[in-house]
Amino acid sequence: MNVDIHGAPILYRLPIFGGINITSTVVITWCVMLVLTLLCRWLTSDLKVRDISKKQAAAEFIVNMAESFVDQNMGEKWKRYVPFIAAIFGLSLFSSLSSLLGLFPPTADLSTEFAWAIVVFIIITYQNLKANGLGGYLKGFCEPIFVMAPFNVLGEFFKPVSMSFRHFGNVVSGVVISSLVYAALISVNTALFNLIPGKVGELLGSIPILAVGLPSILSLYFDWFSSFMQAFIFCVLSMVFISTAAGEE
Amino acid sequence: MERALVLMGCAIGAGLALIAGIGPGVGEGYAAGKALEAIARQPELTGTIRSNMFIGIALAETTGIYGFVTGLLLIFVAPRMFIGML
Repeated sequence: MNVDIHGAPILYRLPIFGGINITSTVVITWCVMLVLTLLCRWLTSDLKVRDISKKQAAAEFIVNMAESFVDQNMGEKWKRYVPFIAAIFGLSLFSSLSSLLGLFPPTADLSTEFAWAIVVFIIITYQNLKANGLGGYLKGFCEPIFVMAPFNVLGEFFKPVSMSFRHFGNVVSGVVISSLVYAALISVNTALFNLIPGKVGELLGSIPILAVGLPSILSLYFDWFSSFMQAFIFCVLSMVFISTAAGEE
Repeated sequence: MERALVLMGCAIGAGLALIAGIGPGVGEGYAAGKALEAIARQPELTGTIRSNMFIGIALAETTGIYGFVTGLLLIFVAPRMFIGML
């Protein structure tokens, strides 16, 4: 039984700065961004005020959803974060769903999520500095008493770590469990049909009949449900962190 | 011999790290149960309760995910690193 669990495959090695690896993460992320851009271009081309087409109705529905999503979690005056949140949501969703095409999902690579989380962390710090000033920002670490400062600093810097690990762990657990179940089903299949003597058993054993149905049920949960859920949670947490950093409850 | 010891330690450690899955399991079940109680009391707030429940569940999951990532590191990264050190 061979179980094939690996990280992002390296496609090409750039011969500069001592070798930079171009992994499939980079390539697939760029493909996802291209797909998203083209989709947005297509959805928003020839917009009309009257007699809207189905395409425009879909585009308006998506924009409305994104706006109400940000409204519920951050409030009315944070409208300018709608594009950012919607972009992260779309990127996360499409990256995770790319595993449906048999590709290595970019979200199963910690670098992807960590990059997003660092962007969110920079925005959190910016909003905090803007709302409280440098003194207030530093003083915020000494709440409730001065002794707690190391823990507060640690907690602040662990926000991006925990955000990225949550998303990464959920996607990777899906990848690992799916490949384990797949390998197990194939080996059970071989063992079961080899009980039939002669050429017939050998032939049946080499066809993975048992591995046909069950992985698709797993994929329903790990690919569809989990992708939506993790994208949703990543965005909600970013919004909550950003709006609390600016001192709004 | 040393290789075997390193592999054994990593495998046992990975198994122990996944004990971290118990806590989130209990906690998430509790959260889901409470959410169901709330939905039974106020069915008109189902959507809000459900989305808040998912957020809480995702937060509670963090410790379990840390355990899982530790397990992954122990299985896929640590053996090569430690054997390289020998």
